[in-house]
Amino acid sequence: MSQPVRTPTDLTSAVAGGVGESPQRPDGNLKVRGEFAYSSDLWHEDMIWGATLRSPHPHARITGVDLTEALKVPGVHAVLTHADVPGANACGVEQRDQPVLAVDVVRYQGEPVALVGADHPETARRAMERIVVDYEVLEPVVDAEAAARGECAPLHASGNVVRHVPVRRGDQSATAEVVVTGRYEVGMQDQAFLGPESGLAVPAEDGGVDLYVATQWLHVDQDQVASALGLPLEKVRLALSGVGGAFGGREDLSMQVHACMLALHTRKPVKMVYNREESFYGHVHRHPAVLHYEHGADRDGKLVYVRAKIYLDGGAYASSTAAVVANAATLGIGPYDVDNVTVDCWGVYTNNPPCGAMRGFGAVQAGFAYESQMDRLAGVLGLDPVEVRLRNAVREGSTMPTGQVIDSAAPVAELLELVRDRPLPAATGGELDLRQMPGGVSNTTHGEGVVRGVGYAVGIKNICFSEGHDDYSTARVRLEVVGGEAAALVQTAACEVGQGLVTVVQQIVRTELGVQRVSVLPMDTSIGNAGSSSASRQTYVTGGAVKSACAAVRARVLELYSRQTGTGPAEVGRLGAELRGGKLVSSHDVLADLADVLGGDAVDETAEWRHRPTEPIDPETGQGNAHVQFGFAAHRAVVDVDVELGLVKVVALDCAQDVGRALNPQAVLGQIQGGSAQGLGLAVMEEIRTKDGKVRNPSFTDYLIPTVLDVPPMGVDVLERADPHAPYGLRGVGEPPTISSTPAIVAAIRAATGLPLTRVPVRPEHITGT
Amino acid sequence: MDFLRPTTLAEALAAKAERPDLVPIAGGTDVMVELNFDHRRPPGLLDLTGIAELARWSADGDVLRVGAAVPYARIVQDLGDRLPGLAMASRTVGSPQIRNRGTVGGNLGSASPAGDTHPVLIAGDAVVEVASARGARSIPADEFYLGVKRSALEPDELITAVRLAAATGPQQFAKVGTRNAMVIAVCSFAVSLHPERLRVGAAVGSAAPTPRRASAAEEFLSAELTSAGLWESREPLPDSVQRRFGELVAEAASPIDDVRGSAAYRRHALAVLARRSLGWAWREHSGGGNERCA
Repeated sequence: MSQPVRTPTDLTSAVAGGVGESPQRPDGNLKVRGEFAYSSDLWHEDMIWGATLRSPHPHARITGVDLTEALKVPGVHAVLTHADVPGANACGVEQRDQPVLAVDVVRYQGEPVALVGADHPETARRAMERIVVDYEVLEPVVDAEAAARGECAPLHASGNVVRHVPVRRGDQSATAEVVVTGRYEVGMQDQAFLGPESGLAVPAEDGGVDLYVATQWLHVDQDQVASALGLPLEKVRLALSGVGGAFGGREDLSMQVHACMLALHTRKPVKMVYNREESFYGHVHRHPAVLHYEHGADRDGKLVYVRAKIYLDGGAYASSTAAVVANAATLGIGPYDVDNVTVDCWGVYTNNPPCGAMRGFGAVQAGFAYESQMDRLAGVLGLDPVEVRLRNAVREGSTMPTGQVIDSAAPVAELLELVRDRPLPAATGGELDLRQMPGGVSNTTHGEGVVRGVGYAVGIKNICFSEGHDDYSTARVRLEVVGGEAAALVQTAACEVGQGLVTVVQQIVRTELGVQRVSVLPMDTSIGNAGSSSASRQTYVTGGAVKSACAAVRARVLELYSRQTGTGPAEVGRLGAELRGGKLVSSHDVLADLADVLGGDAVDETAEWRHRPTEPIDPETGQGNAHVQFGFAAHRAVVDVDVELGLVKVVALDCAQDVGRALNPQAVLGQIQGGSAQGLGLAVMEEIRTKDGKVRNPSFTDYLIPTVLDVPPMGVDVLERADPHAPYGLRGVGEPPTISSTPAIVAAIRAATGLPLTRVPVRPEHITGT
Repeated sequence: MDFLRPTTLAEALAAKAERPDLVPIAGGTDVMVELNFDHRRPPGLLDLTGIAELARWSADGDVLRVGAAVPYARIVQDLGDRLPGLAMASRTVGSPQIRNRGTVGGNLGSASPAGDTHPVLIAGDAVVEVASARGARSIPADEFYLGVKRSALEPDELITAVRLAAATGPQQFAKVGTRNAMVIAVCSFAVSLHPERLRVGAAVGSAAPTPRRASAAEEFLSAELTSAGLWESREPLPDSVQRRFGELVAEAASPIDDVRGSAAYRRHALAVLARRSLGWAWREHSGGGNERCA
């Protein structure tokens, strides 16, 4: 196999430090210096460039495709359509309902229709413009609620409802003294990763293909690519290239099959890189949502019932809509103890952009609505917003609306108290510093119209895959003597997407095997499935697999020792032998040097590791132990709002989160800060705006993400309440802070303005009423 | 695509005369985005960064001449005292990297209604110097913009500089964007007080097909200040005057609804920006201290 240059081998260099320490990540300096090789930097001798022709229409019938003129362009090697898909023309991360290339209908603006392979990206683009596609434009379906009610023409044979999840607990006709209702909307957020979709497909001599790509889940890609190419799995080999952010947006395929098709057709390496605009069409987004809620409570603010109808717009194809629906439904009332619950959640097909996985995954949309409702309830009762939450907070032993009992720490009340009790930031004053003002350096206020507000929120997220999914990871650990010193090698297919997994797996090996030298092999499909780098699960599941592989290696080392010394296995067991500091030690003695025990042997073990099983939920009642673990975070937001211009400066965004055990405290902090910032983006600026199914702002000029002047310093309290079911007691970290950040900020804006603000992101005109 | 890199203005003008379809490029902060997004495919680029005289600024008495290729960062650094309005607007352009590359000449060349420096140039009565192989001419800033991304520049002409008088009174620039840095204007406003002429300059950006002078607001305020003797007395401005000024500025706009904001919001925000920035300028005029800052 010929190798492309600029693979991210740097990632695998060793870091020091064990579990609980914060060693410097190997990619940090490279990224800061701009030297890190991303998948868009891949290069291969003789490679050609692929380009994708996409539908300009959200919904249309294809009545003809003429490739004649495109094929005449000098430098063009291939122009391919659906007729050239060698295997099944179907892909999808959960349901294979999306064609690799459109056949006779397009269901969203940007849907791939044809591919060009050419000697230069510009040649490919010019040829693409010469492909003639005749469309009969159809009326787009854009209203998710109408689609859920069955009022729209079906976009797929199965109808327009991807999934409906009801959750029923307790008295379905319960009444209460105090009732608050609300209708809420969540706009379509984008993952806005900086590294566009890109990769390099290299045809192999065995008729297969090697694909170097930035993804979140190598094996689910491999499955779909092999099926579309009509090749056995072993002939489709994937290797992870440098990933420039993911956040859920790389769980679905983008250019994977396309590049491989072109490579197999032309017998040349094919590189594809989306530009920024194409990237907005090239990946799924966060489901926009409409949420109707009714909360009933007694006069003390204790919740009696919650009823909710949640509509999630999945866009043209299923992607992970079904799982997102289950999350929004089962977590739909938040971390609150409520006896009577009626939740219905629908995920539907429309001709809007496809939506799927994004950090928070259904829990974000519900979180904005239920936390807004809690504030409304506090307002009606004249209670403090923290107090009303404390009176209803779940704790260990509480029962979720699904009947599942929370069987590890759930310190929701404590998290709220922690953020509440932090000192408030000083009022903005003194010498004018525009950077501290709403509107920032654009010079819109010197204090005029600025009102401060404070808001609180808490959220809940399931960690790992749910609903009976066979959720596992695979890890290989090899221990041998290198240069007179015991050294370990660790291999997984778990994608490093910038979250720091390669650092954490080294820390685990170092701790488990008591060696300093640990290296990590590049991530690829030559080892078994690791599952996705999503659902806050990788440290839990792949970390668990690495720990498990280390245990197998340790057992083998003890066997070696037993054999070498004639100490019986029972005696070795009685000594409580462990590997520490390159030595085999008992509780009070050094038994042997690890290098001596290993000698010339290599101990090489591969482990497949599963967390405890979950159950499917009952399709009628939503009951079942569907989730492995719950994560909780709380936020207090302090904002300054220019009430005349509707501009917002988030002054402080403090967070408290229980992480079970912080394997790498600095990485934990980074996740909390990053998740909070992404929630801030949804609160005040981030939205893909569509009109009649068309995206109006596919660029970073008009899809705004927070800058350093938008994200305030954050005070973070990290609790470590070990979960006895999880490796090291850890609790997934990445998603919970994204959930509570948004509603806390909006609550603060409401406090400053007195406005109801039922939609995120809050735009200036929502505040000014113009 | 051809790439020409002349080292003198004469060479550049000759090239442009021969091939008017060449697209001039300096910082590239607009042109390269258009090329990368495949929105534009010019037959050739005329790189102006090799022409030293375009990247210089000079002072002729009270008049400053800023070469078309002087980047925003240099304006902020070198001219903040004499051209405070232009420096404030330059400060709001993009990120530090963009300010190191982008130029006022490019802002004019693109003639986007959202260009940050336009309102300042109009309020400060700037003159745009353009040249061709046929000769040079000067175009008053408020006659330069003809429509959305259309200007008075002829196909064979290049922008060589802007000329504007050093500030004789306070200047302010403010823009609304939906993020606290690195943002395109939803709407923007510039005001310049010219006490020596008893005149006020005011202009709006991103709120009409072109940047636009708020003439009625200028006339109103100039008249109010003069008739009440406020230029000399430097007494506080009546609130009613500030409000009326804001209303007239908003009326000067003909904004649209787009993905960045609604027409109604733009009008509303312009009235607020105009009222506030006039207040800051007047406080400075009244000796209340400098209302400019980081």
